Amino acid sequence: MTEFTAHISPIVLLDLSLLTMLIIVAFAMLRSRHLFAVVMLSGIYSLLSAAFFVSLDAVDVAFTEAAVGAGISTVLMLGGMLLTARREKPAAKDRAPVALAVVLATGAALIYATTDMPAFGDPNAPANDAVGQRYVEETPNDIAVPNIVTAVLASYRGFDTLGETMVIFTAGIAVILLLGAGSGRGGRKVVDRAPSDEEAQ
Amino acid sequence: MERAILRVTTKIFFAPIILYALYVQFHGDYGPGGGFQAGIIFAVAFILHAFCFGLEETKKALPQRALIVAMVIGLLFYAGTGVATMLLGGNLLGYDAIVPGSTHHAGQHYGILLVEWGVGVTVASTMLTIFYHFTGREPDIDQEDW
Repeated sequence: MTEFTAHISPIVLLDLSLLTMLIIVAFAMLRSRHLFAVVMLSGIYSLLSAAFFVSLDAVDVAFTEAAVGAGISTVLMLGGMLLTARREKPAAKDRAPVALAVVLATGAALIYATTDMPAFGDPNAPANDAVGQRYVEETPNDIAVPNIVTAVLASYRGFDTLGETMVIFTAGIAVILLLGAGSGRGGRKVVDRAPSDEEAQ
Repeated sequence: MERAILRVTTKIFFAPIILYALYVQFHGDYGPGGGFQAGIIFAVAFILHAFCFGLEETKKALPQRALIVAMVIGLLFYAGTGVATMLLGGNLLGYDAIVPGSTHHAGQHYGILLVEWGVGVTVASTMLTIFYHFTGREPDIDQEDW
């Protein structure tokens, strides 16, 4: 088993710039109290992560992130935002040191953990070593579809995907139960009173 | 006519978006995509319609009652494929039982297409249901906000 050394290429610059933009957008979302701006920035964040997934060769994940993260969840957040105040309540200042300590401790632990992570594309990495290797080698013989991701998603792990579909179905049922008010039968229009600015403060 | 450019653009784009959703749906074996992404693209076409023509018009084209039926049908389609493979003598979701003795795993192709169709129908109808329920509630605008 030969030692794997990560290949440094100009793509690294692209990755770095994408990750830097992700961090900038994340900080902008933290700083902003305007909920409309936060929703739009979260859409941009999803689009940037989709671009990052493309550069990691995970096109299926990128496609999903662009459709779900940047597309539908932005729309749903906007729809939800229209029902509430446009500005976020200012957070209580006295809790800030505790939150900062928790975030710093978690961040330090995560950064410490990255030192043990295998290099990107390492064939000896645990993810590629056992079952991943089998999927790549056996898909042409077992499933005979060109897209290995689809083979894993729909055939090898078809039962998992059935569970995921049930999760989405359950989410839809929950929304109908919570917000329905007879609209499932095409019923009456529902009107919510928007909180005034004084209440939102 | 109000917002003529928006209306015309939406009308032009509506059919290609649906067509693209179907492409993503049925091309999932060969390229990126599949039921999840296709369902969302399908839902997006109707969301665009709702933004341009109003939610009530979209509800006339695709009523909430039909969406609930589609949600159930999609999930049962997926689970039913699994049960069908069991009845044909295979395991749950063991698609090779659909076309036994095929040398190029034709059963896997059919099985994947069937379950992806179930996923697509469920995702599209659920996303539209959630969208209908959130945007169907109209906030009462305060007097000062006018």
